[in-house]
Amino acid sequence: MTILARTIEASRRYGDVLALDRVSLDIRAGELVGLLGPNGAGKSTLINLFVGLRRPTSGTVELLGGSPLDAAVRRGIGVTPQETGLPETLRVGEIVDFVSAHFPDREPKGELLARFGLDDLVKRQIGGLSGGQRRRLAVALAFAGKPRLVFLDEPTTGLDVEARRSLWEGIRSFHQDGGTVLLTSHYLEEIEALAERVVVVGSGRVLADDTVRAVRGIVGVRHVSLVADDLPELPGVLGTERAEGRISLMTTDPDQLVVELVRSGVPFSGLEIRPTTLEEAFLALTSKESAHV
Amino acid sequence: MSELIVAHTRYLLLEQLRVPIGLLAGALFPAISMVAFVVPLAGDDPQAATMATGSLMFFGAMSGALIGLSITVAQDREQPWNPYLRTLPAGPFPRFAGRILATLAVMLISVVPVLLVAVFFTEATTTPLRLLLGIVALMVGVVPFMLMGLFIGFLLTAKAAIAVSQVVFFPMAIVGGLLMPPAILPDFVEAISPFVPTRGVAEVLWAITAGTTPNVVALVSLAVWTVASAAGAVWAYRRDEGRRFS
Repeated sequence: MTILARTIEASRRYGDVLALDRVSLDIRAGELVGLLGPNGAGKSTLINLFVGLRRPTSGTVELLGGSPLDAAVRRGIGVTPQETGLPETLRVGEIVDFVSAHFPDREPKGELLARFGLDDLVKRQIGGLSGGQRRRLAVALAFAGKPRLVFLDEPTTGLDVEARRSLWEGIRSFHQDGGTVLLTSHYLEEIEALAERVVVVGSGRVLADDTVRAVRGIVGVRHVSLVADDLPELPGVLGTERAEGRISLMTTDPDQLVVELVRSGVPFSGLEIRPTTLEEAFLALTSKESAHV
Repeated sequence: MSELIVAHTRYLLLEQLRVPIGLLAGALFPAISMVAFVVPLAGDDPQAATMATGSLMFFGAMSGALIGLSITVAQDREQPWNPYLRTLPAGPFPRFAGRILATLAVMLISVVPVLLVAVFFTEATTTPLRLLLGIVALMVGVVPFMLMGLFIGFLLTAKAAIAVSQVVFFPMAIVGGLLMPPAILPDFVEAISPFVPTRGVAEVLWAITAGTTPNVVALVSLAVWTVASAAGAVWAYRRDEGRRFS
C-alpha cells in the first residue's frame, strides 16, 4: 500500500524538553489511524511535524512523497488543530470560501456544510455559533480542499454525545470514500468507534502500534471487585487490592476469573466488573515501557 | 498566488470593516483636530491650511500604519487561527501581503474625513495632480511606519504593542510638526525635528501640495530611518518565525 505520510526516527526537542523521541511511523493510503496518549505525550507535536508547522530536530518527515514544508505538497491534506480560534466577525460561508480558495480542487460549499450539519448556518457569524458548532465547522474546514489525508487533533473535544456521533459520521463517510485519516483523541471509545489501527504514544515514544482489538488487549485490564472474607488462589490475577471491605482483583480475563471464583465455592457478594480507564491503561503501558529500560 | 492574496486581503478587510470602531479611531482624531484648530486658526490662509491638511492626513495614515499594524500583527501571533493558516497550502506571503494591503485600504479610508473638512471649511487649495501626487507620497511615506509597526508587532505581545506603538507614535507626530507647523514649534523641538522620520514625510507632502522647499536633513534622516526600520522588521519577523515555526 502507498505510504502517504511517514516519520523516520523523528525527534523533536523544545529547549530541554524532548517532545518526540525517535518516532518512526507510516500512515498508509486508506487507513484510519487513531493516535492515543495522555496530555503531553507528543501527539500534537507529531501532527505539527506532519503538517509542516514544526521541523524535526533530527530524523525525517515525509508527506505525500515530499516535504510538509512545501506548500504545494500540503494541497493534499486537511487539518483541524486542537484549537482553531476561528475569526469571530466572519460568516460561516465566508470562512469556507476563504479556506477553499487555497485548494485547486474544492468541495462544494453546500455539500461540505451539509455533511457536518451546518448547512443552515451559512450566513451566521462565527461569533454567534455555539462551541459545538464551531468545532464542527473547524473539522469541516479540513475537508474543504478534497484532501487525500486529514489530520484531526482531538476533533470532538467539548462536543455533546449527539454532535460527536454526527461528526463521527462525517469522518467515516470520508474514510469510506477512500480518504485517509490520522486523528488524536483522549477517548478510547472514540478511537474504537472510528479507527482500525491505534498508535499509543507516551513520553514522546510509540508504545504500541496495532489493531484496535490488540491494543484493547494490551490495555484491557479489568477490575473485578467483590465482598468476601477470604479468597483462594485464582488464575490470571495480576494484582489484588483491598479497600473498605472490598477486594479488587485485576485481570485480563474477567470471565474466566468469575467462573473459577464460582467453582471454588467461596461465598461472596456485590460482584462488579469494571474496565480500566484510559488513564490506568496509559499508566500500565508507560510503566511497562520504563520497566524494559 | 494573486488569487490567494485577494482572498486574504478580502477576509482581513471584512474583519476590520465589521469592527468599525478601529476605523473611526484612526479617522476621528485628525478630523477633530482639523475642525478644532485648523479651521479657526489657519482656515483663511490657503498655504497654512493646505500644509495642515497634508500633515493631518498623514497623521491619520501613520496611526493606521504604526499603531494599527503593530496591534493586528501582535494579535495575529496570539491566535491559534494563525498557525492553522500556516497548514493551508500557501506560504506566509499571501497572508502578509493581505495584511499590508488591508492596512493601506483602511488608511486611505481614514484620511477622507480630513480631506472633506479641508475642502468644505478651509481655504486649503491644490491642483488635482498635486492631490494625486500627495496621496501617492502618503502611501509611500507610511512605509517606514509600517516597518516600525511590523517590528513592534512581531516583537511584542498585543498588550505591549498597544502601549509601545502609542508611546512611539505621539512624540514622533508632535516633534515632526504634524500637529503644530514647524513655524510655531519651540526652538529646541524644531532643532531635533528634522531627525524624526515624520518630518521627512511631512516635508515631501508640503512640497508637493503647498509648493514649499523640503529640508534636506529631514529627507536624509527619513532614508536612514527607513533602512533601520526595515532591518528591524526583518529581524523581528525571523525571530518570530524561528520561535513559532521551526
